Amino acid sequence: MTARVIITAPTKAKKGEIVTVTTLLAHVMENGFRHSSTGVPIPRDIVTEFVARYNGAEILRASLYPAIAANPYFAFEFVAEESGILDFSWMGDNGFAASRQIAINVE
Amino acid sequence: MTVLGSRILAGLFGVALAPLAELRAGEIPFAELRSGSELMSPDTRAMQDADSANPGMLWVIEGEALWNAKAGAANLACADCHGAAELAMRGVAARHPAFDAKRNQAVNLAGSIEWCRVERQKAPALTAEGPEALALEAYVARQSRGLSIASTDAALRPLIESGRELYLRRQGQLDLSCAHCHTENWGRKLAGLALSQGHPNGYPLYRLEWQSFGSLERRLRNCLTGMRAEPYPAGASEYLALEAYLKWRAHGMPMESPAVRP
Repeated sequence: MTARVIITAPTKAKKGEIVTVTTLLAHVMENGFRHSSTGVPIPRDIVTEFVARYNGAEILRASLYPAIAANPYFAFEFVAEESGILDFSWMGDNGFAASRQIAINVE
Repeated sequence: MTVLGSRILAGLFGVALAPLAELRAGEIPFAELRSGSELMSPDTRAMQDADSANPGMLWVIEGEALWNAKAGAANLACADCHGAAELAMRGVAARHPAFDAKRNQAVNLAGSIEWCRVERQKAPALTAEGPEALALEAYVARQSRGLSIASTDAALRPLIESGRELYLRRQGQLDLSCAHCHTENWGRKLAGLALSQGHPNGYPLYRLEWQSFGSLERRLRNCLTGMRAEPYPAGASEYLALEAYLKWRAHGMPMESPAVRP
């Protein structure tokens, strides 16, 4: 199943405007310190990296650790200088990878 | 107040049949009903109110996909019979549990969805409280957000009464009833959090303690464990009775599904 993601960002912005973007990714963020009801350790399964790029240029990179809650949420701002594609990618344990792209039209 | 007086008063407030004032003796008065969202922190409230930040919406979008996906030997999607959920499912969660005259039994929303899936779609039942069942329930319940809980079905009375009896019964090693916390001491602190009034208006919901999405039944199991009582078995009729009673008790309160709770 493809990862579930909720992204909010404006589709249009004025040149020089500060744009707010939020991302919410469905992920269990199993921290690796817990045990099952029968005492078996539950292996770590977390997202380790989040990257946002605008027209290919990195504008945000975050490393995630076991203490971060399930379904990690990011909110950030950037200055819209030109129209382009905002590209999000998440990487994690067990080969987890998810990505989304949205277009922002700068007038 | 006389019985007639309370009937007239109930009529004035548009409250039909079930929640008549004389039946509410010993209950929290209508004017003092408070949703759990009014007793939690502003941060958690903000998380619930913003669809971009409410993790419950992740289950809602999965539920929307399931609503439109064909399933079972009948090769039907929910949408093939019901159409757009925004119209067809509006208010449905607010009036469950409901009495199903055809089957002569009460059902909650999860039960209604399962019946449709098995009888209409001819598909195997989804795992109870599994991710898909929760997602569909979340999507259907989302269509009642902001609508008032309507517990007005006279046929549910016996179930509501047995739910009330369970709610008032002392249980577990701590010898507590639900009412000791949620009717008599709501608003006071227990382990740093305000005790809620125990309303079911946000379910299914995302609970920060769970780090996940869950049903009212799961929440009731948590409460029973907290009282050091043995939880009823999964799917037991006691949960349905408690749900019917809690919905009746919360009659008129707006639905918040998918809510966020601490």
